[in-house]
Amino acid sequence: MRYAMAIDTKKCVGCSDCVVACQTENNVPIGYARDWISETVVGIYPDLDLEIRSERCNHCINAPCVRTCPTGASHITEGGIIKVTPFECIGCGACIEACPYDARFFHPKGYVEKCTFCEHRVKNGQSTACASVCPTHCIYFGNIDDPNSEIAKIIAKRKYKVLAQEAGTKPQIFYLI
Amino acid sequence: MREELITSGRMNPNIDPVLHIWHWQIPVYLFLGGLAAGLLFFAAYYTITGKEKKFQTAVKYAPIIAPIAIMLGLIALLLDLRHPAYFWQLYTTIRLESPMSWGAWILLLIMPVSIVWIASYIKEIFPKFDTEHNFIGKILKFIIEKKDTEEEVNWDWKIKFLKIFEKYTIEKRKALAWIMIVLSVILGVYTGILLSAFNARPLWNTSILGPLFLTSGLSTAAATIMLMTKDHRERMIFSRIDLLLIVIELFLITHLFMGFLAGSQAKIEAANLFLGGEFTVTFWVNVIILGLIIPAILEALELLKFKIPVILPVALILWGGIMFRFIMTEAGQITRFLY
Amino acid sequence: MKTTRRDFIKISAMGAGGVMLSASPLLAWVPSFLKLKDDRPDDSKAKKYPNFCEVCFWNCAGWVYMDKDNKIRKIIGNDNDPHCNGRFCPRGTGGVGMYYDEDRLKTPLKRITENAKQKFVKISWDEAINIIANNMKEIKNKHGAESIALFHHGSSGKHFVNLFKAYGSKNIAVPAYAQCKAPREEAFKLTFGHALHSPEPLDIRDTKCLVLIGSHLGENMHNGQVQEMAEAIDKDATIITVDPRFSTVASKSKFWLPIKPATDIALLLSWINVIIENEFYDKEYVEKNTFGFDQLKNHVKNFTPEWAYGITTIKPEIIRRTAKEMANASPAVIVHPGRHVTWYGDDTQRLRAVAILNALLGSWGRRGGFFNPEKAKLPKYPIPAFPKPKWTWKDIVPGSYPLASSGVTNMLIHASQPDFHGKNKIKAWFVVGTNLIATIPDIEKTIKAVQNMEFVVAVDTMPAEITGYADIVLPECTYLERYDNIRSAQHREPNIALRVPATEPRWESKPGWWMCKKISEKLGLEKYFDYKDFSEVIDWQLKKIGSSLEEMKKIGVKKIGRKYDDLFFNDNETHEFNTPTGKIELYSTKLEKLGFDAMPKYKKHPEPEDGYYRLIYGRTPAHTFSRTTNNPNLIDLKKENDLWINPKVAKDWNIKNGQKIWLQNHQGKISEFPIKVRVTERIRWDSVFMAHGFGRTDKRLKRGYGAGISDSEMISDVKIDRETGSTGMRSNFVTFLTELQT
Ligand SMILES: Nc1nc2c(c(=O)[nH]1)N[C@H]1C(S)=C(S)[C@@H](COP(=O)(O)OP(=O)(O)OC[C@H]3O[C@@H](n4cnc5c(=O)[nH]c(N)nc54)[C@H](O)[C@@H]3O)O[C@H]1N2
Ligand SMILES: Nc1nc2c(c(=O)[nH]1)N[C@H]1C(S)=C(S)[C@@H](COP(=O)(O)OP(=O)(O)OC[C@H]3O[C@@H](n4cnc5c(=O)[nH]c(N)nc54)[C@H](O)[C@@H]3O)O[C@H]1N2
Ligand code: SF4
Ligand code: SF4
Ligand code: SF4
Ligand code: SF4
Ligand code: SF4
Ligand SMILES: [Mo]
Repeated sequence: MRYAMAIDTKKCVGCSDCVVACQTENNVPIGYARDWISETVVGIYPDLDLEIRSERCNHCINAPCVRTCPTGASHITEGGIIKVTPFECIGCGACIEACPYDARFFHPKGYVEKCTFCEHRVKNGQSTACASVCPTHCIYFGNIDDPNSEIAKIIAKRKYKVLAQEAGTKPQIFYLI
Repeated sequence: MREELITSGRMNPNIDPVLHIWHWQIPVYLFLGGLAAGLLFFAAYYTITGKEKKFQTAVKYAPIIAPIAIMLGLIALLLDLRHPAYFWQLYTTIRLESPMSWGAWILLLIMPVSIVWIASYIKEIFPKFDTEHNFIGKILKFIIEKKDTEEEVNWDWKIKFLKIFEKYTIEKRKALAWIMIVLSVILGVYTGILLSAFNARPLWNTSILGPLFLTSGLSTAAATIMLMTKDHRERMIFSRIDLLLIVIELFLITHLFMGFLAGSQAKIEAANLFLGGEFTVTFWVNVIILGLIIPAILEALELLKFKIPVILPVALILWGGIMFRFIMTEAGQITRFLY
Repeated sequence: MKTTRRDFIKISAMGAGGVMLSASPLLAWVPSFLKLKDDRPDDSKAKKYPNFCEVCFWNCAGWVYMDKDNKIRKIIGNDNDPHCNGRFCPRGTGGVGMYYDEDRLKTPLKRITENAKQKFVKISWDEAINIIANNMKEIKNKHGAESIALFHHGSSGKHFVNLFKAYGSKNIAVPAYAQCKAPREEAFKLTFGHALHSPEPLDIRDTKCLVLIGSHLGENMHNGQVQEMAEAIDKDATIITVDPRFSTVASKSKFWLPIKPATDIALLLSWINVIIENEFYDKEYVEKNTFGFDQLKNHVKNFTPEWAYGITTIKPEIIRRTAKEMANASPAVIVHPGRHVTWYGDDTQRLRAVAILNALLGSWGRRGGFFNPEKAKLPKYPIPAFPKPKWTWKDIVPGSYPLASSGVTNMLIHASQPDFHGKNKIKAWFVVGTNLIATIPDIEKTIKAVQNMEFVVAVDTMPAEITGYADIVLPECTYLERYDNIRSAQHREPNIALRVPATEPRWESKPGWWMCKKISEKLGLEKYFDYKDFSEVIDWQLKKIGSSLEEMKKIGVKKIGRKYDDLFFNDNETHEFNTPTGKIELYSTKLEKLGFDAMPKYKKHPEPEDGYYRLIYGRTPAHTFSRTTNNPNLIDLKKENDLWINPKVAKDWNIKNGQKIWLQNHQGKISEFPIKVRVTERIRWDSVFMAHGFGRTDKRLKRGYGAGISDSEMISDVKIDRETGSTGMRSNFVTFLTELQT
């Protein structure tokens, strides 16, 4: 089993609902965020292209954050979810430096935080908070190893890309393009 | 025009607009670690090769700095931790893939070894000890006693165990040197690969950084020995060693940039930070000119028998060494993969 | 076995896991108090209360989830609600911040003068209610009840409307009319005999072609429409966006028409021209249902794409191709009516052109076009009849704005001016849930009016700018802390939604209904508020339709089946439209009678002089007007607005991205605060853009104060729509000040 996410850049409007929903769901303190919106505009008026992406931890298969963590606080759990155990984290920052996506940050209490793929919801059979709030239904979440899952189907059907492929992290967030 | 924005979320000043998680603590830690590694390496090397008499400073005196540097380095590291109450978690596990874990363990091991090393030489380093008028001496009265002899060493341990222990370490110095050379090489390489293990930062992610930091660490150690030694011959040898190390460093730096410029766009952008970008002046002035070229010239002149005050090249080398680590740490955090 | 790269990585990942596992037993001795606890309650066990969102007027229904210590934790959409389908927009999700905002109004306040300085002091509710009742009586005696005006917006306004009607004044207005959708409602009424109301009955999810004239869906987060637009994108519908700015939705459109602002009517007329000349229109539908086709055909004869090109800067072949796209999709095509349409003062005419275009394409009453909405009918809680006022806003300037069918805010403000000489004057204001200073263009005029009032009450949750001008300020609790009327809005399927308080009001804030009831008691109008708690009214109504408060508390939303299966036209039947001719009026007989253009004409609007740029504004997805610009959760996403400037313009001015500048408009008004520049290709070089709602001036708003600037401040030149009286706000031109002379 492997959890993954596909995000349809053709539908995402960059409203940041996924950001607020994550904050209220996961008690992310104000001033911090586990997910964020990036916007890339290319071209010259009026020949323009805009790509909007909702970004977060990619739950990499080859996760450098886990490898560089000296205490094992950063670890891989069931379904390939990358998590941090707060009381094992010494706050050395190695994992933050190791992540090509800048997906991690220090919680004001000192330990490292990041997207958990809403493990606490997923294990109850719910979808992630961000996927279930998105007004454009552009986030697909599920077990990509199951060919009948929505995510496996959409990945099979649509063109997609991953971010910073050169980093060799095998990210598990797929951007449909 | 290309416009890239993070329009919302991640409003974390440690991360945006550029990552700056690691501040002065990490470069200081790396510098001190490299210095200690170099010092212990030279001490062990000349012991193993049986030249301890010829290189008294390198073997006997300079290593005193090592445990102090390691200690300060560890303090710097501790200051870097955001969750320091949990630092002991470092020692509940060994993580072979984590350079930080390597570092924590290696420092933990090398610290006692270096102290034992110094302990084995303690009577040679401090042959005369005044336990009556000297403050430290008064404190140490509990474990040492004065001997009224005309010998070179005027004191001995009060406790029998310490006497045996000292005797033992002196006998096993060669073995100790072997342990120390291994540990010091690991420490030196570690200070080099700590940064280069971070795939995510294009500036760091190069195999040249390890040897480069190792060389630089050895060079700062050689410079320190040059400064400490009173033996002209020892100084000239270390001056020569240092000159060689500087040449190697310059060679490696050239390769570093050639490698970057032949690499992906992210690497080119990383190199450009130093070739016209915001670190250009800082880097070329402090590291290359002040830290490498001028000391190289000074050392060459000295070898050609010109009189150069020793403090000059030494100070410049140490300055260059620490600046190099500062700049690499900071600039590395600016570089990132482009997507 | 072949060792592929993927296998290799899998092995190494397992290796890492292995190391981790071997370390775990060592960790068993970590004292448990050191383990940082996760105390989030599981959703299935959490306590939750139904509510509907008040962060905007889409009023999505949802659930307010409580955490373990019974504090509000999050708000999640109700799956059964057709407005939101279980998904709130960012503002609704961030609604928790409305409750938690520490800057909220906490107690009733009274303005006093001390040492020649005015300030607010806390007073008790009793005192506040007494002062209000006494002033209302006095003003009624002196000038008549009609001289008190009520400005309101949002759910709690409804209670005050009842209070006012009972008291004898119908001088009641919402900004959502004359500052928002008035021209659209009237233009569609003129054409189809029906206003659109809210949520608009647009069958976006089934459309094949969506044409957006300015509507910036995706930034304008009207939830249902955004959701259906995403569905349409999934189904590969064509989107055509007409906007001088590369809006978010423009980037998702097959065609983006970067129109020169203020020229939309020319584009619309040329589309009509192409559609008629090429016989692209739905002939059968037009034949059967419309009135005035021949006049229209004749009228648009000369409005060719070539003619429009010179005006709009949109190339003729693009105009033709987009017209063809619409025709191909017809009747499953929507030329979106927009919502905030008060732009240039000829807005009713522009919206008429939009309506006509829809009529020609046959989209009204058709799948993928406009559906016929239905609303659940709730019985009225019995109250005595209201007295008839002697005059209303219609009598302020008799004969003006004959098409206005709801209170015109700016008309009431006009009648409040010190130099207003009409006989029907406004003497006092009640302002409930609308921040007039940020909302009504020409701030100076609003301020002159409010200062001329004998008595002003503001009811708000926040120390909004308008509260600073009030004599008495009443702190209303937020929607999360009170009962309100049942939401019953039109949709494909009639439905109702319930709002119940999730928690006690914070500080001394109170619900609007409670304030009205208390005031009514002092005025002898208590028979209009004949209940102890508003929940009784709700329960009574619910029981009448076969539900109950108890049931609704469990479900939040209830769908009530449609009476008739008439969501779309039955093409075999003939339809009677509610217009003078009983047909869809391409040629408006009513407009003709009133002396307006019966068919829309393009008229040239003023253009910016050298060094000036047209100020256009819009929404930003995470904020609603000024009501969220101090919300801690939403400010976190966007704390200030920025000014979009084309790189060419920035270069001319040598202005850098991120630089702060002040604006000065063509009438010399200078912005109070500076605004950050965003240099971007996404905007034309003759215009600049900013989001509305920022640049708060009340210092009590700790986060919002001075963050960005207020577009309203720069909108002093207002072009009034002659048909409806609504305020065109996009005829203001600004220039840049890089420093402020002092
Ligand atoms: N996030 C969020 N969403 C909201 C609201 C909110 O406050 N916040 N408010 C809600 C309310 S009440 C309303 S009324 C709606 C309003 O939302 P809309 O009805 O979509 O408002 P518009 O004024 O049509 O949209 C502004 C767009 O018009 C473009 N524009 C400016 N001038 C012209 C012009 O001359 N021609 C054309 N074709 N386009 C032009 C601007 O560039 C901008 O993209 O939004 C609703 N949704
Ligand atoms: N310059 C400019 N002006 C505009 C627009 C624009 O885009 N630009 N848009 C126009 C449009 S489309 C509209 S619909 C109007 C909207 O105009 P308004 O409805 O006036 O908009 P807000 O600025 O949100 O002001 C709402 C006020 O209600 C308060 N409030 C919020 N919740 C409650 C509550 O539960 N009870 C009470 N009593 N008060 C509450 C808020 O604190 C705030 O002060 O603005 C119009 N005016
Ligand atoms: S909620 Fe959905 S549409 Fe909005 S920014 Fe997030 S992913 Fe995009
Ligand atoms: S995205 Fe970053 S934090 Fe997440 S698994 Fe990959 S490297 Fe680790
Ligand atoms: S900061 Fe915490 S999680 Fe990250 S590497 Fe250090 S100990 Fe591991
Ligand atoms: S999956 Fe959960 S934790 Fe991750 S970004 Fe989405 S809501 Fe936040
Ligand atoms: S659209 Fe958003 S702000 Fe408006 S009512 Fe719905 S959830 Fe609330
Ligand atoms: Mo509006």
